[in-house]
Amino acid sequence: MSDATTQIDETVKANDVVLYMKGTKEMPQCGFSSRVAGVLNYMGVEYADINVLADENIRQGIKDYSDWPTIPQLYVKGEFVGGCDIITEMTLSGELDTLFDDNGVVYDKEAAHKIREANG
Amino acid sequence: MAMQAHEIEALIRETFPDAQITITDLAGDGNHYAAEVIDESFRGKNRVQQQRAVYAALKGKMDGSHGELHALALTTKVPQ
Repeated sequence: MSDATTQIDETVKANDVVLYMKGTKEMPQCGFSSRVAGVLNYMGVEYADINVLADENIRQGIKDYSDWPTIPQLYVKGEFVGGCDIITEMTLSGELDTLFDDNGVVYDKEAAHKIREANG
Repeated sequence: MAMQAHEIEALIRETFPDAQITITDLAGDGNHYAAEVIDESFRGKNRVQQQRAVYAALKGKMDGSHGELHALALTTKVPQ
């Protein structure tokens, strides 16, 4: 395995929730990354944010690792969950809450509910 | 380098000949599109598997670093 793949593999297994994004959770630098980071921040989820803009090897490596061509990419317990479209759909349908519940990820249920109400 | 809606549809059509494909130009700059693909082959697959197949059909056009297409809001469905 290339060092990028090894590094990614270790990161997604060492952290319950990992978001590979453009920018950081405080300073997202792309609308799609900002939306997913925004949802996680609002729901009070603890997650590792990896700025792919800081390392071209990771930026390409993550796309090979998940066989998924776009950023952001969300991982829960080492499993690739989806990009911006899928996370948005899952948030609105409640599937993201279920995924977090099933994996023992702490989040603010009331906040998740408010997101759905706001986008009702 | 931008792409035209019909080019995107043609690429997806190559892999999904019977699919119902709707491409919407989101920004008029040839770089931001929404695509909805409804195809029988998605039945029984989860969203990631469905969308991975569509991205594969786009053959690297989606790759951020040198890809022609920066943003494609993708929705995949199974026919009702």
